[in-house]
Amino acid sequence: MKHKVAIIGSGNIGTDLMVKILRTSDTLQMGVFVGIDPASDGLRRAAGLGVATTADGIDGLVNHPLFPEIEIVFDATSAGAHRKHAVILAAHGKRVIDLTPAAVGPYVVPVANLDAHLDSENLNMVTCGGQATIPIVWAVSRVAPVAYAEIVASIASISAGPGTRANIDEFTETTSRGIEQIGGAKRGKAIIILNPAEPPMIMRDTVYTLSAAASQSEISRSIRETVARVATYVPGYRMVKDPVFEDVAVTMPGIGMIEGLKTTVFLEVEGAGHYLPKYAGNLDIMTSAALQVAEEIARHLERRRVAEGV
Amino acid sequence: MPYTPDKKIIVNDVTLRDGMHALGHQYTVEQMRGIARKLDEAKVDLIEVSHGDGLNGNSFNYGFSAHTEVEYLQAVKSELTHAKLVALLLPGIGTIEDMKMAREAGVDTIRIATHCTEADIAAQHIAKAKEMGFDTVGFLMMAHMIPTADLLKQAKLMESYGADCVYITDSAGALLMDEARERVSAFRSELGCQIGFHNHNNLGLGVANTVIAIESGADRVDASLAGMGAGAGNCALEVLIAVTDRMKIRTDVELYPLIDAADGLVRPIQRRPVQTDGNALMLGYAGVYSSFLIHTERAAARFNVDPRDILVELGRRKMIGGQEDMIVDVAIDLANSNQ
Repeated sequence: MKHKVAIIGSGNIGTDLMVKILRTSDTLQMGVFVGIDPASDGLRRAAGLGVATTADGIDGLVNHPLFPEIEIVFDATSAGAHRKHAVILAAHGKRVIDLTPAAVGPYVVPVANLDAHLDSENLNMVTCGGQATIPIVWAVSRVAPVAYAEIVASIASISAGPGTRANIDEFTETTSRGIEQIGGAKRGKAIIILNPAEPPMIMRDTVYTLSAAASQSEISRSIRETVARVATYVPGYRMVKDPVFEDVAVTMPGIGMIEGLKTTVFLEVEGAGHYLPKYAGNLDIMTSAALQVAEEIARHLERRRVAEGV
Repeated sequence: MPYTPDKKIIVNDVTLRDGMHALGHQYTVEQMRGIARKLDEAKVDLIEVSHGDGLNGNSFNYGFSAHTEVEYLQAVKSELTHAKLVALLLPGIGTIEDMKMAREAGVDTIRIATHCTEADIAAQHIAKAKEMGFDTVGFLMMAHMIPTADLLKQAKLMESYGADCVYITDSAGALLMDEARERVSAFRSELGCQIGFHNHNNLGLGVANTVIAIESGADRVDASLAGMGAGAGNCALEVLIAVTDRMKIRTDVELYPLIDAADGLVRPIQRRPVQTDGNALMLGYAGVYSSFLIHTERAAARFNVDPRDILVELGRRKMIGGQEDMIVDVAIDLANSNQ
């Protein structure tokens, strides 16, 4: 039996997520697609694909005849809207996957920490850059303690929506925290660049870690395994060259000298081209990771039902 | 209105910010103090102090500075009796938290820099800066990459967010003389706020284009002692003042302290001569971000490839300011293709 889901937010992210569920998911079934603008391309497209829709936002969802059957709700609106939605959805006992920067619930990066949060009511998807780079920091952390990790995410200017543009500090701050909390780095730093080149560039991410001295081949192996696992849920995710290693002694102002192994990893994220163009790997990795989280939660709920004999 | 004889041009020194690139961000606090003292004595209006890539720029990607930003800012602030203290911030690297730190350290003017097509990512920072009481500048980098009409639209956005001044920032030192004139003139006729001009000497036009900008109506201009800055350096401050004095352009800045500082304090600490040599020239010729220079020379040596090939490839890939990580990416690709 497939599990019914709702998506709130009829913009690029919400619409791409809907297309992914319809095209690729054996576990999930589209219940209601929720927007606030009846003229939005997303709502029109949903209706055209035979998906139930409402243009009345969270109220329209709660009052929809399908609402009682909905198990999982994706929120692809904004941080401010999500804080309100989270309270309402929690009162109705729905599982919520939050693609906004609100971070009401714990951060989740599927390859690294999803297993620990399968019972959480509300999960936050960090940022696009976080989904792409935290797995690498986590992969290094599994081999050696990471004193410092830094990421540079470069995305096509055209793929950065108004939400990202209006509050770019949220990206750097949230991603930095994710690098520390999930990646396991003692200190995290994130940089984002919007590049307007035409044709648009495919998302690129560079990860630098400064870890305790360790076997380079072991770190390489851990990174390769992790990249392969991320690629199972984000098919366009790849490491574009071998990791670069360097023994360094770095003096960081205000911190002091740290000796260790610097590892540099170059990544590329190509989108699947579902609703969004292929260069928009930054958006694709968010929807792909959110889909992965929902599918794992659905399987988890299934297992629990079987165990409880319901 | 173009320059009129009574107009006072505001001079913004960048020796202690853009110059950080040339030193791999390694100024000592004492070096900064000494340079700031001479600039203040010369009656420079504005003195910028930050990591080369702006507040919070400390990173593997751009390099770590020798001291914290708050140490540098407080030290320079304590030397100033005339000049105002300036800091630079690039949204995507620094955040509003860094602006708060700068304000507490005594910064008067904040410059919010974006790539020339991305002004809207600065809306929040410019508005917040005004609220915090900063003299607020919008800084449109790599201004050679788009036509004047498009650049003007971005400038109008920055003005609409509350900027007191918007800069045409020739980060690659790639603007030709007519291109500089056209951009400044368009800003002058279409904007109500002040207009600024910042450039690099990669094509040898550092002082010339700055003078053109003044003649075309710029209110603020950037320069640094001995041109101390990324790439071939900036418009050389002491040269600019010598020229503007001869032209009877009013800056109210004194020449001799600048010459003393350029020759006595700045040139002796340069690690790599800041000049229009081959690789620096290539930046202007290929239209590449000036601070890529030292990172490129380092990567070229490490991976045994020609630095010029790296710069040309970066230009071909349309890399913009901040994408220093792609220098090593390109160097490895070139090394692999040479095997």
